[in-house]
Amino acid sequence: MSEAWFDKGLAVIAAQQFGYLDVVAALAMLAIAVVLSYRERLGLEKDLLVASLRAFVQLMAIGYVIDLIFGAERFIWVLLMVVAMAAFATFTSTRRARALPGSWWIMAAAIGLSAALTLGLMLGLGIIDSRARYVIPIAGMIIGNTMTVASVTVVRLLEDARDQRPRIEAALALGATPRQAADDLIRGSVRLAMVPVIDSTKTMGIVFLPGAMTGMILAGADPLEAVKLQVVIMYMLAAATAVSATTAALLTPRRLFTPQQQLRRLG
Amino acid sequence: MDPAEWKLSVEHLTLIMPNDGAPRLILDDVGFAVRAGEVFTIVGPSGSAKSSTLRAIDRLVEPTGGRVLLDGRPTNTLPVQELRRRVGMVFQTPALFAGTVLDNVLYGPRLHGIIGGQADGGREQGCDLLGRVGLPPDFCDRSADQLSGGEAQRVCLARALANDPEVLLLDEPTASLDPGAARVVEDLLLRLAADTELTFVFVTHDLAQARRIGDHGLLLVDGRVVEQGPLPELFDRPGDEATRLFLAGRLGGEPTT
Repeated sequence: MSEAWFDKGLAVIAAQQFGYLDVVAALAMLAIAVVLSYRERLGLEKDLLVASLRAFVQLMAIGYVIDLIFGAERFIWVLLMVVAMAAFATFTSTRRARALPGSWWIMAAAIGLSAALTLGLMLGLGIIDSRARYVIPIAGMIIGNTMTVASVTVVRLLEDARDQRPRIEAALALGATPRQAADDLIRGSVRLAMVPVIDSTKTMGIVFLPGAMTGMILAGADPLEAVKLQVVIMYMLAAATAVSATTAALLTPRRLFTPQQQLRRLG
Repeated sequence: MDPAEWKLSVEHLTLIMPNDGAPRLILDDVGFAVRAGEVFTIVGPSGSAKSSTLRAIDRLVEPTGGRVLLDGRPTNTLPVQELRRRVGMVFQTPALFAGTVLDNVLYGPRLHGIIGGQADGGREQGCDLLGRVGLPPDFCDRSADQLSGGEAQRVCLARALANDPEVLLLDEPTASLDPGAARVVEDLLLRLAADTELTFVFVTHDLAQARRIGDHGLLLVDGRVVEQGPLPELFDRPGDEATRLFLAGRLGGEPTT
């Protein structure tokens, strides 16, 4: 991997000083979204404002934490950081699917398994360096994507189960197991959750120039080097999200149905 | 009669549903027994928990108390899949799966591996079953979403029969149909009851229909059995105040107490 270019990229971006005034200016653009949400009665104003404020505070805080971890260069800190990221992602996905009681372990399994598998493979095969400045941003990308995919999968399954209760119960009444009765729903939810990943992979380079690559090119790296890194990340994300969606979809029936194989009444 | 001689017996069946912190008693000590091969009719106003009774028998909802015996054996000692294969159910609103009519009819046999060895994949068996519910063989390849309500309900019936059940629970199977289709399905049920060994538990809110269908039956009001006995005599000599009111058409969906 092109470590020198990567390092240089970060350095160059860091060298371009952003003042807090620039941040405030960017905030004005957020106001457009809020006004739009208000006028169209989307009810997203509060969510948007809270999310933006949180993102700001979180990013500021993480800036200091990452600085410390990069300075210490101890693998245990890197590991702890990655676990904390996964835990927070689990918490977020669980809240998204709060209509399904006890879904936290489904999210934990989906996010944990997919992240551990892909990160482990990348590190084990030596595709990425085990230093903090490589592991943490890549772990962030993986966990962020697997989180979104796990949430979409579970929420979709939940909604479909609600809409299709008569069909599911008809299948159960014919002697189907919960897995068999929810088979179509499981496949449908995985397919839906994978759409953004597949579409962004398809249009990669034409519509979508991803962050890591953009950063490296901005920093003056050889575009071909930047592309190689991006391709690695893209494949890794496709694998991670597929594992996350499948895990979530296969585990959700355990919470949708009772041990006596009845479809629960949810919200 | 010895409990083992009843095809299906329901003892002290109780169902309590959580309802935002205020649990609601849905079924209150419901008990009845059904002979092999007969049609047992449960009649009651809407909201009297007739559907819940059937759902509890098929364990689509877990009873809070009491038990159900199939051939004298408590059903909670049977694997759920076996219970549901032996005790089939047809719902008020037909819910067909995506695919063809044949896919629907063969859903159960495919699950249970009953048609594994047949060269035609069960096509002949599926068409035969359609014939038994009065649908011509060319229905086999029709898409399941292109049927009328009455046709869909007959496919549901064929689908339930395909599992070769011993007991069939019928939850107001004609209530969602127009009068013509309802009559066709009702006649079909009467013919099936007469021609087969199958035991039926038939649920209806329609008193006139209950008079036409059923060897024995009960009147369910507000989750409680208020009267039971042979049909149609049950409705000719109403002993209970609630029965009298319901028969007079004055009970509706209102609670009695």
